[in-house]
Amino acid sequence: MENSLYGPLANVAEDAGYTDPPARAGFFTDTSVCIGCKACEVACKEWNAIPDDGFALTGMSYDNTGALGASTWRHVAFIEQTAPREVGDSAGSTRWLMASDVCKHCTHAACLDVCPTGALFRTEFSTVVVQQDICNGCAYCVSACPYGVIDRREDDGRAWKCTMCYDRLGDGMEPACAKACPTDSIQYGPLDELRARAQERLGDLHREGVAEARLYGEDENDGVGGTGALFLLLDEPEAYGLPPDPVVTTRDLPAMWKWAGGAALALAGGVAASFLGRR
Amino acid sequence: MPSEAVGGGRGGKAGREERMVPRAEFRSYYGRPVLKKPRWKAPHMPGYLYLGGLSGAASTMGALADATGRRRLALTGKLTAVAAAAAGSGLLVAELGRPERFLHMLRVFKPTSPMSVGSWVLAAHGGLTGASAASAVTGIAPWLGRAAGAASAVTGPVLATYTGVLIADTAVPAWHEAYRHLPLLFAGSALASAGSAGMIGTPRGEAGPARRMALLGAGLELTVAGALERGAGMREEAELVSEPYRTGRASALLKSGRWLTAAGAAATLSAGRSRTAAVAAGVALTGGALCTRFGVFYAGIASAEDPKYTVVPQRARLTAS
Ligand code: SF4
Ligand code: SF4
Repeated sequence: MENSLYGPLANVAEDAGYTDPPARAGFFTDTSVCIGCKACEVACKEWNAIPDDGFALTGMSYDNTGALGASTWRHVAFIEQTAPREVGDSAGSTRWLMASDVCKHCTHAACLDVCPTGALFRTEFSTVVVQQDICNGCAYCVSACPYGVIDRREDDGRAWKCTMCYDRLGDGMEPACAKACPTDSIQYGPLDELRARAQERLGDLHREGVAEARLYGEDENDGVGGTGALFLLLDEPEAYGLPPDPVVTTRDLPAMWKWAGGAALALAGGVAASFLGRR
Repeated sequence: MPSEAVGGGRGGKAGREERMVPRAEFRSYYGRPVLKKPRWKAPHMPGYLYLGGLSGAASTMGALADATGRRRLALTGKLTAVAAAAAGSGLLVAELGRPERFLHMLRVFKPTSPMSVGSWVLAAHGGLTGASAASAVTGIAPWLGRAAGAASAVTGPVLATYTGVLIADTAVPAWHEAYRHLPLLFAGSALASAGSAGMIGTPRGEAGPARRMALLGAGLELTVAGALERGAGMREEAELVSEPYRTGRASALLKSGRWLTAAGAAATLSAGRSRTAAVAAGVALTGGALCTRFGVFYAGIASAEDPKYTVVPQRARLTAS
């Protein structure tokens, strides 16, 4: 089967071998209306029966979760910023950015590409899911994800991440986080619709003078072919702990194999040359 | 007001050399890494990189020694190849979160996963080197043993170099951006390692090819390691992305490796005349090869742990476009 490794894809599930799949499912997380209530984190933990990941205080504003990980599939970031907000406000005032992060369900998912067992797979909804009965905990996916999403749970030995509630989608329900979000900061639906809605919201915010609003993950020509989870951010991605321009590592895989092939030939040639002498 | 971290990552951690690099301005979420730290650990992963190289080059050496009638060198090559392949496989299995599921590696063949490709190559190589060594030791089915040995001269060079792709095919900046260097570096290092085994395990009269392999390999290893440390041949933000190879634990290891490899190469020049020199050369080159692998390993870990290596090149790319 021809695997496309990079660039825009018209139909992700079809590319993965499904015939006549349902529309691509996605998230649109509009951080401009997030109130930092963490209902998404709790709903995710409850629905997916995820164990705790420690009860440490981080000292990072209201964020004691820290980051996405094997046992954190939604993570709410809290960023406190002081800056002049209007003319004459030289001391500046505080604004609070809050954003619920999640697996991006990439069009070109590095985690899935590198998984040697086939545990990670593309669902009919074009999402990316780990089959827990297959994963042998090799941890390749952990190093491959350009967003630092998936991780291995050490006491269990397997890799875990957001499934976009695959079990709920199959029953026509929306994922637990989207269901629980009280402000509709997390929206679930067909990705095409979400893309249009995100553009509309961005236009509204720009008209209202929120010039710093921007979309993240909506560009099909970006390094991962666009994501299945879009975000509307109010600052640069790196301020939220997101990579500003991630690229799926397997984009370069053909070139890597070429260099390795050359090196293998050099090695064989080196050994052969060493046998040329009489002694 | 506790706000987001702006600026040069974690202060004080980097070594003295960092002063050569202009301090990179970048933004992050409380200075936290963007990437997950690789779960691969030492000595498993770097040990496997070394053993795969040793086994791959040794099987090739064994096959050619066979073909040119060097019985002792052939035996050394074959035994080294199978022992290193077995030990390397053991390290790989021990690295898994679920070691009892190691056979899941052979459930599918996935060309997009270097680990899948590598598992199949390792399985084939292990079988071939096992058959070839068993036949050489017992004298049973010499013709088949020789054929298996010849086939392992094909799997060997692949096994020794695919590991460069294995670690480069990740989001880890210092590994990914070095995808042009790592296979060649590992090829050189593997030549030197197998040459060392040949010098140590074979009488001087038959070990000429092993000495030449050691010299060739040491030269290649030193050249490519030097390029990697300078960032020569890296396309994006070479100065910054190669910095993990010049700082901290990785730098100390790579420097020690350089000295050991250079000393081993020098001793190899007298290894044809003195058994002591041959053993000393083999030990030094082996130490050098190990230091190289551990150095590369820790450079990758350091580059994943500091968000600057992720954010700065990506931000620069966006600004440029
Ligand atoms: S964000 Fe990471 S874990 Fe999620 S699909 Fe993309 S590569 Fe995989
Ligand atoms: S840890 Fe599991 S899911 Fe991740 S790459 Fe390995 S087998 Fe696949």
